[in-house]
Amino acid sequence: MEVLVSITVGLLVAIGIWMLLDGSLLRVVIGIVVLGNGVNLAVFASGRLGARAAAFITDAGAPPLAADPLPQALVLTAIVIGFALFVFALAVLKRSWEAHDTVEADRISAVAEEAATDTMPDAPAGRDTAAERGT
Amino acid sequence: MNTLIVAPLLVPLATFVLTLLCRRAPRMAGALSLLGALALTGVGIGLVALADQGQIFATQAGGWAAPYGISLVIDRLSAAMVAITGIVGVATIVFSMARDADAARGADFHPLVHGLLVGVCGAFITGDVFNLYVWFEVLLVGSFALLVLGGGKRRVSGTVVYVALNLVATMMFLLAAGMLYGATGSLNMALLAEQFAQGQVPPTAQPAVVLMLTAFAIKAALFPVFGWLPASYHVAWTPVSALFAGLLTKVGVYALIRIVTLTAPEPGLVHDILLWVACATMLIGVLGATAQMEVRRILSFHIVSQVGYMVLGLALATPLALAGAVFYLIHHIVVKANLFLIGGIAAHLSGSERLAAMGGLYARAPWLALLFAIPALSLAGIPPLSGFWAKFLLVKASLDATAWIAAAVALATGIFTLLSMSKIWNEAFLKPQAAGTTTAQHGAGLRPAVLATASLGVLTVAIGLGAGPVMDYAVAAAEQLAAPASYIQAVIAAGGG
Repeated sequence: MEVLVSITVGLLVAIGIWMLLDGSLLRVVIGIVVLGNGVNLAVFASGRLGARAAAFITDAGAPPLAADPLPQALVLTAIVIGFALFVFALAVLKRSWEAHDTVEADRISAVAEEAATDTMPDAPAGRDTAAERGT
Repeated sequence: MNTLIVAPLLVPLATFVLTLLCRRAPRMAGALSLLGALALTGVGIGLVALADQGQIFATQAGGWAAPYGISLVIDRLSAAMVAITGIVGVATIVFSMARDADAARGADFHPLVHGLLVGVCGAFITGDVFNLYVWFEVLLVGSFALLVLGGGKRRVSGTVVYVALNLVATMMFLLAAGMLYGATGSLNMALLAEQFAQGQVPPTAQPAVVLMLTAFAIKAALFPVFGWLPASYHVAWTPVSALFAGLLTKVGVYALIRIVTLTAPEPGLVHDILLWVACATMLIGVLGATAQMEVRRILSFHIVSQVGYMVLGLALATPLALAGAVFYLIHHIVVKANLFLIGGIAAHLSGSERLAAMGGLYARAPWLALLFAIPALSLAGIPPLSGFWAKFLLVKASLDATAWIAAAVALATGIFTLLSMSKIWNEAFLKPQAAGTTTAQHGAGLRPAVLATASLGVLTVAIGLGAGPVMDYAVAAAEQLAAPASYIQAVIAAGGG
């Protein structure tokens, strides 16, 4: 069982890194998800997989061959956090598509390297415009 | 006692919720936000006073004893970090009340700042590896949203780079935490430290530690994995980038210090590698800065360079070197955040942050020149400012450890830093502004910004002139770090209930 899971983790991580190295931002985001799932599976496997019983402690004490509950709790936390971050990454991807009209990672990251745009000369320095708009 | 230990989490969390509820009342939200940051500073100072008694305080969340409950630990280092986090938070929030026309200004800023502060403080006080991962994620989510706040092509572009690389680093950390648990059966830092100190650790734990340190190295922007930092910090709104510059990489440095001192108490291979990495980071960072022609991009590369100094202290691992690292952390957070804020004021007054389009600020705003000179000279290590003492400790520690190359690199980096600062000085302050580039703006509504930067400047001078007490504190903090036994004992003794 461990061997199978190890190979799966290795494959997922390899696919994830391969996609992270792709030039398309969409594939980079999916790569992050695949990599994240590989990592989650690895964390899950760190509690060993041979257990036969759920880790419920009854009046009779812990059952023999009970699973280690801690990695299960950890991986649940990690899945939830990973999902939230994936949603945020997708939102950034959408914004980036709208702003740059491309998913090519190199062209998008080059924009931040361009010279800073100067602030508008007529920008009202003494007035809090955004607060007035109530945003 | 226990209330005070969890207060660094509760105060920003409560402020986060309250400011979120006051979305429709911006003034109220601003006031609450400032109050929350002041309260956090107060808590931090209280913790410093408490920790300075020499004892390490620990509590277990949920009342479960050590390996089961999540330990929260306050020692001298974490107390000082919480205090300084509060101070930078206050400065950032006060600065954000100055009136510029940035699109990032709005109802989301204050809750996000406090969300970030929860994560930062959590990372500083936790005593559990997985919990550290969770706090990293909390601060990461806050920083993602803060970075992109206001939108626009440039910010989205910087955020794409920042999000992708930080997510990969966090996943490496998570994988390392899983592997460490698989190898040792524990994630509590104190119990791990005990196992490592007694040499009971199976060899499979070593790759996990290396992977974890690599993840922290990305977070701390060490050579050769610092590329994300100068690609993203300069795009954010000024208060946001100042907050990042002050705090975020330093959480990575703090995590490095914590994990290295607990898992590798005796100098070894890890320290040798860190020494070379530190030297390369100092030098490459400062050289990278010379090629930049925008204020915040120059300063971003200097963050990389300065992080090298702190890691140098960690790599040398003598009590004096560790004290230097702690002193450097305290000094650097204040100075770096301040420089970003002053860079923002200078850019606002000249209508540009490109050095080519700036100029004439010395004649127009001599007060700003003074405000800039204090942290800039401190960053370069000119006596009697705080940076001098920090560099002095580290260079002395390198010489004591016969690490001649490290000492030479540290000194050379100081000279290059001075060169970079004089470039900003010449271009933005002395040179007359070229006609017809951008219209210079008036300083109306800048009073909060000046207040924030002046306060941080006063703090820098105070740390420099009153270096004695700060240095005593740093030395005492280093002694705690160098002897993990008291840390282990405090956590295990904290027990349940």
